[in-house]
Amino acid sequence: MTVGIISKIHPVRSHSNAAQGGINAALNPDDSWESHAYDTVKGSDYLGDQDAIAVMCSEAPEEILHLEHLGVTFHRNEEGLLGTRAFGGASAARTYYVADITGQAILHVLYEQMLKYDDKIDRYEEWFTVALAIDENGRCNGAVMRNIRDGVIELFRAKTVILATGGSGQIYKPTTNALVCTADGQAMAYRAGAALMDMEMIQYHPTTLLGNGLLITEGARGEGAHLYNAAGERFMEKYAPNKLELASRDVVSRAEQTEINEGRGFPDGSVHLDVTVVPKKRIHEALREIVMVGRDFAGIDITKDPIPIRPGQHYIMGGIKTDVDGLTDIPGLYAAGEVACVSVHGGNRLGANSLLDTLIFGKRSGHHAAGVAKSMNMPKISAKQVDDVRDEINAIMARSASDGRRVSEIKAELGETMNDKVAVYRDEEGLNSALEVVKRLQEEAKTAYIDDRGTIFNQDVLGAIELGYMLDIAETIVMGAIERKESRGAQFRTDYPERNDEEWLKHIDIKLKDGTPTIEYSPVTITQWQPQERTY
Amino acid sequence: MPNYVLNIRRFSPESGEPAHWEKFEVEMEGHRPVLDAILHARNTEDGSIGIRCSCQAAICGSCGVRINGNPALACNTLLRDAVATAKDGATIDIEPMGNMPVIKDLIVDMDAVHWKKVQRVVPWLIPAGEPPEREYVVPHEAMVDVTQTMACIHCGVCVSDCLSMEVDPEFVGPAAHAKAYRFVGDPRDAATETRLRDLAEDPHGLYDCTHCFKCVEVCPKGVSPMNQIMRLRRRATGDFKIKDANNGYRHEKAFVSIIEKWGTLHEAKLLPDSYGEGIFGKLNPEAQKQLIASAPTAVRGVLSGKVPPLKVIHHHKLPDQKKIKDIYKKIHGRDDRIELNLYIVGEDADALAAESAPAEAAATAADGGES
Ligand SMILES: Cc1cc2nc3c(=O)[nH]c(=O)nc-3n(C[C@H](O)[C@H](O)[C@H](O)COP(=O)(O)OP(=O)(O)OC[C@H]3O[C@@H](n4cnc5c(N)ncnc54)[C@H](O)[C@@H]3O)c2cc1C
Ligand code: SF4
Ligand code: SF4
Ligand code: FES
Repeated sequence: MTVGIISKIHPVRSHSNAAQGGINAALNPDDSWESHAYDTVKGSDYLGDQDAIAVMCSEAPEEILHLEHLGVTFHRNEEGLLGTRAFGGASAARTYYVADITGQAILHVLYEQMLKYDDKIDRYEEWFTVALAIDENGRCNGAVMRNIRDGVIELFRAKTVILATGGSGQIYKPTTNALVCTADGQAMAYRAGAALMDMEMIQYHPTTLLGNGLLITEGARGEGAHLYNAAGERFMEKYAPNKLELASRDVVSRAEQTEINEGRGFPDGSVHLDVTVVPKKRIHEALREIVMVGRDFAGIDITKDPIPIRPGQHYIMGGIKTDVDGLTDIPGLYAAGEVACVSVHGGNRLGANSLLDTLIFGKRSGHHAAGVAKSMNMPKISAKQVDDVRDEINAIMARSASDGRRVSEIKAELGETMNDKVAVYRDEEGLNSALEVVKRLQEEAKTAYIDDRGTIFNQDVLGAIELGYMLDIAETIVMGAIERKESRGAQFRTDYPERNDEEWLKHIDIKLKDGTPTIEYSPVTITQWQPQERTY
Repeated sequence: MPNYVLNIRRFSPESGEPAHWEKFEVEMEGHRPVLDAILHARNTEDGSIGIRCSCQAAICGSCGVRINGNPALACNTLLRDAVATAKDGATIDIEPMGNMPVIKDLIVDMDAVHWKKVQRVVPWLIPAGEPPEREYVVPHEAMVDVTQTMACIHCGVCVSDCLSMEVDPEFVGPAAHAKAYRFVGDPRDAATETRLRDLAEDPHGLYDCTHCFKCVEVCPKGVSPMNQIMRLRRRATGDFKIKDANNGYRHEKAFVSIIEKWGTLHEAKLLPDSYGEGIFGKLNPEAQKQLIASAPTAVRGVLSGKVPPLKVIHHHKLPDQKKIKDIYKKIHGRDDRIELNLYIVGEDADALAAESAPAEAAATAADGGES
């Protein structure tokens, strides 16, 4: 058996790099996985599936130790043992970290391991997956790729396929997500008939830099930083008197947005994050990346000046619906990480639970997929799909400026619309108008043109394919938000401001049926934690 | 809004045209990064401009380029700073990084150079035996220390203009050496001596660096590759007494004793002394060969003003010899070697001040999150 890893950018450039704050696990003897699970359930506003959450939280400690053994340079306390920091929505300090480059450190160490097992893993770096290969029985037997280096299109046969393509933040503008987070995996699976779940649940992170939406890690608040409005009030005292700045992300983001909307923000539309209350040595040791972000991207010294911030699009809780082994609706196809929805995050993800999600369910998917692969022969697939992809790409390249708009223009309009209408506060009217825009843009995308007609490193044509992915997924996000007529987690409907467990304690699934997006519901798994009112 | 002129080096292997410059005008605030301006040109004028980029936050390591001849990340170089270093004071020159073959426009082949070198240093942890049941117990400082090299984003910016690599393309190079330190400095790694011996004995390894400081100057993440190379050398010589092909061990000893004697670096004495002090050193045939081979470097040093010509032949002792002697006494009197690591002490003097202020130190302990 062999494994191939395909990535459209060099693996160490993947967006997991951006995870600064850390990774959660109840590893301390005085902590318990049940406590971690309860915090996650509560954070999810009870939309998370409790069986899946139990799997994630109970396997977390072992995973941290595994990473530590592989070489991740986790922060130590004075005794030389793993040390933790506090994070939002958590009842104990259980976030393990590497300064503020936790994601990078983990990603790089996993890449080191990939190099170590070079003889067992084939790496296809800078190969772009365009579509999944589905046979006549609806099984996924591989995928169609374009080698970015030379434009060659190839069909990869596989007994099992795992999608781990990450998030979809580029649907929004601005976003904390990298340019490569373009909903590829979600769209490919959705087009192949897989169900998407919880798509309306889009996380706005409370602290993104005013100018360009760059993230200021929650670790800053974990280290003790405060939030102030223009009147100098530490306004979280009003919204979350117990947890203050460390309440759940949806709660803090809404508090900030309320302050800004009601005129208590700064004239530039921000509130301030004050890190200067954290001792300088600690800032340099634990928030070094943020010092650089402040210096390079905002021109301020965060050890001396407050940081102008606002809530910004950050994470998609929804994704390809899977079970706890990563299996999707499509036989042979698995999904893990931000692309998937198990669902462990429900209506709102806790900080430092996402890396954990990727690692636990990535591993479980891998084990399951390997088990299946060992017991079967290599499937056959027709070459027709390669021709389809080639035709699609040729058609994009054949369009000219007189046919329509530029791909980049459509992408910008999509991002602005979503950030305007499908954000922290939502209502029916705004959502309906967003859906109209998305549908119009889908039409316009069919004739949208690009400039590059080459084969070597044609990033332009990939951009056009990505735009198609994003528009499909944007539609499901807006549809889910319209459908859910209540406020829960990241979905706050000003026209339905209350949580309504009677009618809406359920998942919204969206599936393509005969080319039409169709809504279905599925139950939330509740094991030991009954829904309660959520206060911090 | 100010208007910026980008002068982008274009190359498309398919077109049959040679590489050339192309100008794009972009209206944008000066505090926006160069990458934004390039992407603006790409989004509005010419979608075929090739540049790798993703995070726009100096964390993915994709967007290394040369800006006005200096290697940097396009996403964390602000337009106003870039224009300040423009050759004509107005046009921002953007070209692909050096020391690596160009694939298209600003995209270089990092696999062929950078990643090959990273592979070369056996870039994974080699622990002794089976892992413990819980975590490895290691000092806090050691983890903070290797995290400095862990912070490398593999952007290749240091590789681009490494002087040694220009002369010797086989040189393991700044980033890969930094990666090696990441394991050598990690107490969990059990292959320290093998790693050091391997790199010390490789003629393109540890002692192939010319200390040009370029990598330290340009690295966007404070990895300070040259410092890591120096620390690898200190460990190789100090802890394992590894003698190497390039005679680096002797070189270092000579360096130290010259400073002890003269107070400043006596460049003309350094090479012969590396082969044994005094007359024997000069007569050593290998030293003679190297002396001759190094002549161009010495001449270059003189021409560039690094080494005043008089100094080569006539060397003055530093006036206050006692101070030097005191420093040496103090260093020799220590049991442990002390490594200075900017990553630990922070970047400004304030950080040090904060460290010594007792009230704040107490707050650190209380606030540190070690609960
Ligand atoms: C700024 C920021 C800070 C964060 N901080 C934290 C934190 O502190 N703690 C935490 O737990 N989480 C954090 N998160 C969330 C977390 O980082 C992400 O959810 C997680 O890293 C996603 O990992 P992934 O493996 O699913 O995707 P990614 O790491 O994005 O990897 C996706 C991979 O898929 C490949 N790919 C995508 N599409 C294609 C295609 N079409 N063809 C081929 N390959 C493709 C990409 O090349 C890439 O290698 C943060 C997120 C952001 C944006
Ligand atoms: S100091 Fe050494 S490693 Fe760094 S750029 Fe110069 S020659 Fe290369
Ligand atoms: S050492 Fe610095 S410049 Fe060199 S690759 Fe790493 S981050 Fe880039
Ligand atoms: S775009 Fe990621 S480092 Fe510049």
